[in-house]
Amino acid sequence: MLTCRQFLDELSDYLDEKTDPDLRSKLEQHISDCPNCWVICDTTKKTIRIYKGMDPYPIPADMHARLMTALEHKMAKKG
Amino acid sequence: MSAMSSPIEIDDEAAIVARARLGDAKAFSELLRRYEGKIFRLALHITQNREDAEDVLQEAFLKAYEHLDQFQGQSKFYTWIVRIAVNQALMKLRKRKSDRSVSLDETIDTGEDTVAREIAAWDENPEQRYSREELNQILSSAVDDLAPIYRAVFVLRDVDELSTEETAEALNLSVPAVKSRLLRARLQLRDKLTRQFKRKGEDAFAYM
Ligand SMILES: [Zn+2]
Repeated sequence: MLTCRQFLDELSDYLDEKTDPDLRSKLEQHISDCPNCWVICDTTKKTIRIYKGMDPYPIPADMHARLMTALEHKMAKKG
Repeated sequence: MSAMSSPIEIDDEAAIVARARLGDAKAFSELLRRYEGKIFRLALHITQNREDAEDVLQEAFLKAYEHLDQFQGQSKFYTWIVRIAVNQALMKLRKRKSDRSVSLDETIDTGEDTVAREIAAWDENPEQRYSREELNQILSSAVDDLAPIYRAVFVLRDVDELSTEETAEALNLSVPAVKSRLLRARLQLRDKLTRQFKRKGEDAFAYM
């Protein structure tokens, strides 16, 4: 059986579904036997889900305006 | 970002870049409009300073404009401009912390930082306890607590949803380096968020 340490080392690949089937079944065996790693796995999955695809706030209008002005200067120079 | 809000479809990006390379100012402005928010967020996470992040945003787009002919078009435009922005952001960090060098590829301690300290189940949808604004505050301050070497990897990989390979390319890191940083970032964030989101009445080690 895998140790908790070995399980944690593979957790990212496991959640990204990048592990080969043999390792995957060992990891699944571990979480069904180890409640702590099950909780860590479940809450890490939720952590990833909660961040995924978070749209950035639009930058403030004045910041966008300064960026456009700087770019226009640059474009004028480049010709 | 929905396709409806944009006059140009996402798939047309190669065409927009090609037009920008021919000197079409409108095409370049479209690229800028598309990515300024993401570049600013990334710069803010790395520098943790609004002024610096705005400088990085400007420098990145001006440099991209200047060197557009060097963009090969084999990678995404976003990956390419991230690489420019990250370099600028690291230069800012080094200036601020002039006593020690800051690098994304410094070796990481493989010991303590993956140890899970908070082990408790979460509510089913803990995010619903908070307003969108509060939630954003919680999530971004948790990222800001990470070491700089983890922040950029996490934002690109798990927030912007670049692939591991694209993240490696954008940050000039190897694929294994991206993976080990991502694992540590995810585990540390899980630890921090568990303190916020754990089910009421449950506490650390409740499952032991
Ligand atoms: Zn375990």
